Amino acid sequence: MAEATIDRLVTAATPFEDAFRTLIEGDGAQAPANIQSLRFAAFEAFRQLGFPTTKNEDWHFTSVAPIVEHDYLHVTTPSGDVQRAALAPFLFGRSEWHTLVFVNGRYAPELSNTGGLPKGVTLLDLRRAWREAPQLTQPVGSITSYHSRAFTALNTAFMHDGAVLSIDRDVEVDMPIHLLFVTDAVAAKSMMHPRNLIVVGRHAKVKVIESYVSLSDAVYLTNAVTEVSVADGATLHHYKMQREGMRAFHVGTIETRQARDSHYISFSLGIGGSLTRTNIYTTLGGEGCGATLNGLYMLDGEQHGDHQTQIVHAQPNCFSRELYKGVLDGQSHGVFNGKVYVDPIAQKTDGKQTNNTLLLSDKAQIDTKPQLEIFADDVKCTHGATVGRLDEQALFYMKSRGVSRQLARELLTYAFAADVLETIEQDSVREELERMTLRRFMTVAGER
Amino acid sequence: MSLLEIRGLTASVGDKPILRGIDLALNAGEVHAVMGPNGSGKSTLAQVLAGNPAYDVTGGSVTYKGQDLLEMEPEERAQAGIFLAFQYPVEIPGVSNAYFLRAAYNEVRKARGEGEVDPLEFADIMEEKLALVDMDPAMLGRSVNTGFSGGEKKRNEILQLAVLEPSLAILDETDSGLDIDALRTVADGVNKLRGAERSFIVVTHYQRLLNYIVPDFVHVLAGGRIVKSGGKELALALEEKGYDWLTEGEAAGVTR
Repeated sequence: MAEATIDRLVTAATPFEDAFRTLIEGDGAQAPANIQSLRFAAFEAFRQLGFPTTKNEDWHFTSVAPIVEHDYLHVTTPSGDVQRAALAPFLFGRSEWHTLVFVNGRYAPELSNTGGLPKGVTLLDLRRAWREAPQLTQPVGSITSYHSRAFTALNTAFMHDGAVLSIDRDVEVDMPIHLLFVTDAVAAKSMMHPRNLIVVGRHAKVKVIESYVSLSDAVYLTNAVTEVSVADGATLHHYKMQREGMRAFHVGTIETRQARDSHYISFSLGIGGSLTRTNIYTTLGGEGCGATLNGLYMLDGEQHGDHQTQIVHAQPNCFSRELYKGVLDGQSHGVFNGKVYVDPIAQKTDGKQTNNTLLLSDKAQIDTKPQLEIFADDVKCTHGATVGRLDEQALFYMKSRGVSRQLARELLTYAFAADVLETIEQDSVREELERMTLRRFMTVAGER
Repeated sequence: MSLLEIRGLTASVGDKPILRGIDLALNAGEVHAVMGPNGSGKSTLAQVLAGNPAYDVTGGSVTYKGQDLLEMEPEERAQAGIFLAFQYPVEIPGVSNAYFLRAAYNEVRKARGEGEVDPLEFADIMEEKLALVDMDPAMLGRSVNTGFSGGEKKRNEILQLAVLEPSLAILDETDSGLDIDALRTVADGVNKLRGAERSFIVVTHYQRLLNYIVPDFVHVLAGGRIVKSGGKELALALEEKGYDWLTEGEAAGVTR
């Protein structure tokens, strides 16, 4: 069976050959020469790698077979029919935030809001950046590596749109910047490879929200890569909101490089898609850095959601904090794999990782795997994972006060998720996620 | 017609029978004390009346306001006016007392065909109820029972009782673990809530509580049956003589 799978995966690369040729010869030829050569190298790497199988340690609990089964069109021209009003549910009630909107993988200037950006902030779509500010796009491909990662290789080969955000040194941006990737029914059977770059200058501070949402239940593949550079003393709050359509496939990789005394605070929400994989990698590349990687996944039905995180402590005196919580209902399958690597020179590393999952049904399943590789001898690193069910005692207690079973379940679920949601600094984002957690509990919402 | 009528009630936990045939009738406005040694089944009786799924009812009937109580879900019982003050109130981290209380209050109101109240209206209601049990309003902002002292937990139970205004309140060893001052506060709260339209079943191991909450009737439970019923003077007799004189012959399964 394993051999048959490998055969299929190799031949499955063929439709990608056609799509790649079309990209290189057509619309994509507008990219700078260095990007073109990067694409060729990445596509060659993808040819060599093929799609990962469950024999690959990083994909042990997630089979990409459902993704590979489909042929995808690579849409390179603007498409779709999305009205501004349709985006309202995804804007956290804050339409004034600077927002780049992408529809079916392509930048949609008419839906975006880039007017009046603060001084020192550059926010462009990738294609415009290639034309008008090529120096800004220099780091593309230098932070993340495609050599051992098929999906990143595929993204690198097919990249042709996305967001470029650059914050000058010492600039503190008050309002969050929102990168909103939306699909509609036109996205059916297509693949999108958004490529983003976020560069935060020395002592700058900014919050960025990266949203993947859908207005349809079409089958499509989002394969996004975001490269992030956080300079000395800078702080980036980076919220990833994965709310894809319920039949969609999503692979999203964020790779961050942190310089001395920088702080990277990540929150990853995973609630959409039929099969999704989120990779969040950060390298603490200077002394005095801090990384906080938190997240919440809530799955139901037959959803499969996989979170992989990797924190590389490459320098001494850094800390990392990680709290991932999951709520699994129906026959859903959650995966959490948290790697923490401590380099031999990374003394005084202070790391803590926690993964808690709440199973709401007997058929829901979680695979959780902390992976600590510690090569320094003077460090403090802990990890812990728990899997639990709703507390029957608490359920009875609440019901004995007249609270319905449904509401009691929702309140206890909310309570389970509350502490990780509380870590979100941006009020409107936190409140929106709290509402989502309490979906059917609107009638008595208002206070906690 | 009685408010509550229990006939031949038997119940077990797993294979172990605990209640072996309880008969008890209670009218509106009455306070009944249920006393008995450890393991006599008095807490089981309280839990069964509230509908705790951990106990299996194996026989008998319970009629409440003319309805078959045993057919009702715990939340339906609460909405119909039954309240159980837990011996060990459950901690619910992450859900604030205020949120929980208002959710419960609105569910009970909905069941009675009354409108829901918003947070501001509810705050006014709470002000009065907090005073009744001498509780610090700051407790409302804390997670339900989480990190509360024993006395605070019991006071919180009485606060819930005051808010939900049940027709039948069952106090399951509310005095356990309380010092005399906390006991007095809790008992004062209960006494203020007594009235012609509200009945109580006060389950206790000690006569001490009954000095403060004076019952109309006292029942002694042993080996899963009521072995003696009487007026409040029965409690005093028990204090003096202990349970042994009543439980001889019923001693099976009784620990002292």
